[in-house]
Amino acid sequence: MNDTVLQGVNLTKVFGWGKQKTIAVDHVNFEIRAGEVCSIVGESGSGKTTLAKMLLGLLNPTEGEIYFQGKKRDISTQRKKREYWKNIQAIFQDPYSAYNIFNKIDTLLLDCIRMRGDFWLPREKKIELMSEACSFVNLEYKELTNKYPFELSGGQMQRLMIARIFLLKPKILIADEPTSMIDACSRATILDMLMKLRDEVGMTIIFITHDIGLAYYVSDTVYIMERGKIVESGSADQVILTPHHPYTRRLISDVPKIHEAWDLSTVTYSGL
Amino acid sequence: MIHTLRQVFRSGKFVTGFVIFVSLLLIVLIYPLLVPDDPLAIIGLGTFFPPGIYVNVYDSVNVSPYTLNLPDATTKRIADKLGPKERQDMKEFLLAAGIPEEEIDIEDTAKLLDLWEKNYDPNKNIEGMTLAKMRYYQRLNNSLKGLLATEGLIVALPNAQTGQLEQVKVIEQSDYANINEVPNVRVLPLGTDNFGRDVLTELVKAAGVSLQIGFVAGLIATLIGLVLGLLAGYLGGMVDDIIMFFTNLLIVIPSFVLLILISFSIGQDKRGAITIATVIGFTSWVWTARAVRAQVLSLRNRDHVNLSRLSGHSTVYIILNDILPYIMSYVVMALILQISSGILAEAGLSILGLGPRTTEVPTLGLMMNWAMIYQAHVLGKWWAYLPVLVTIALITFSMNLMNTGLDQVFNPALRE
Repeated sequence: MNDTVLQGVNLTKVFGWGKQKTIAVDHVNFEIRAGEVCSIVGESGSGKTTLAKMLLGLLNPTEGEIYFQGKKRDISTQRKKREYWKNIQAIFQDPYSAYNIFNKIDTLLLDCIRMRGDFWLPREKKIELMSEACSFVNLEYKELTNKYPFELSGGQMQRLMIARIFLLKPKILIADEPTSMIDACSRATILDMLMKLRDEVGMTIIFITHDIGLAYYVSDTVYIMERGKIVESGSADQVILTPHHPYTRRLISDVPKIHEAWDLSTVTYSGL
Repeated sequence: MIHTLRQVFRSGKFVTGFVIFVSLLLIVLIYPLLVPDDPLAIIGLGTFFPPGIYVNVYDSVNVSPYTLNLPDATTKRIADKLGPKERQDMKEFLLAAGIPEEEIDIEDTAKLLDLWEKNYDPNKNIEGMTLAKMRYYQRLNNSLKGLLATEGLIVALPNAQTGQLEQVKVIEQSDYANINEVPNVRVLPLGTDNFGRDVLTELVKAAGVSLQIGFVAGLIATLIGLVLGLLAGYLGGMVDDIIMFFTNLLIVIPSFVLLILISFSIGQDKRGAITIATVIGFTSWVWTARAVRAQVLSLRNRDHVNLSRLSGHSTVYIILNDILPYIMSYVVMALILQISSGILAEAGLSILGLGPRTTEVPTLGLMMNWAMIYQAHVLGKWWAYLPVLVTIALITFSMNLMNTGLDQVFNPALRE
């Protein structure tokens, strides 16, 4: 089964010049197969989000190529970009900043319907679609319509983002730390819904997180990123249970455990 | 939207500024309806008539008089000509003329005048007295003639046949004319200017024209600054580099110098009020462009913009829907400041004589220019320039106050 949907070859992103040069992503190679959940794990500043933005086509890579469904990705025009974004979508880390505060919630969902090409549907049909998407994430459309984003809780906002993905049904979903701004109770719900998306819609999910425990819980494949480089990769069991790279070992030992004293001896301040 | 407006009108500073500004605006709009005179009509023969009620002398002689026996009428009449200062001056002269001090009583008008009449000699040369002082004593002497007279003035007309003067009527000292019966009374609350124009009517018109100039200049400057700032900030790259190159180029040159050069090269005949406004607008957009660009730069990498891009929206749509609303409060504040600085720029330019041509409409700057050329400030004709200064100050003060108020509403860190 070699149905690779997204492949990165020597992907590199450099910000700035000269002394201020920062290599955010450094010659990264990866292959993501259809239907799997793939995690990219690393501490903050390791280049995860930059990588995600390049995959989404929001940032242009400095060097390297991205292959989408076996072909070299081409997003040179707005039309091609729109076509690409029908296949790849994202959920962002901070639900509070992901909404345009001046637009009502309906606008966001209607945008998705327009993007699907269902702009000409009658109003009742559109409402039906929106209701269906909301109920997928346990929200009542009737309670949300004509409301502004700030009237919702953080968990509701993030669930609505998933409803948006449900409406669009892209082939690939990039979830950039979707649970890190959410309280622990909502976190399980959100993860559950992401898994439901994969099982019911058959979506490929790229899960970006700093929490290696969470990555182990959800993913099939894990990539460990340190300072822009992928230092270890493989199946979740392989990476987490028999880690080879010291950075991976440190990440694993840094996960707080309930029944043991927390070992802080591995904590280094090299990055500070 | 309504919520924002309600919040804005809860700010004391904004409301104060708004009330001042709206009252000025209402005066500018309503006054011409009440006084439909041409603001540039020359009504006074002579320069700088002081503020006051002008009663037609001819008409007031012709109205039937009323006799009022007011006890202090004579005292007032004497005091008008012979105040404490004049009495002191007379004493000085009399002392110099060799009169012993104990004989001079400056409180007793009759005695003083009697003494003066006996001793004043216009040709007397007192040591150390300047020519101006000598002239002053001559004028004083003239004004004192007939001061204590009690008989009335005789109005006489030449007889049509003989040409001899014939007495028509006598105006007694106790005669009064009711001002309501005098057909020609003109109130000049701020007097007249150097050309003999009514300053108040002119000022109201000038304030209106200056506000227009400010609005046009402010709108042009804000619009250019906004469009360039949005494009440079959002598109980035080459577009940003080119726009910023020109913006920085213009920032280095002081815009006022540029303004002077441009209006000078346009030439006096082609400089209308709106032309000047346009020139001001085209030279003052740079800071708005830079500020808008900075705001857009911080907005363009926000997640809601990324999400909008992922939803397949076009660049224009994203700029208008996801960027512009976020900086709108800032743009409104910038517009208010641009309007007030446009008014100030026009005033500055006109004082230098590079303002709009002088034949059509007055502006606040032109009025300052005229007052300055005719030396109103040296002659102490305050009504020619002080009201103009106060108007300029009030307009800019109210706008800056509104701006500060808005700033406090939109930037919670500044709230008290």
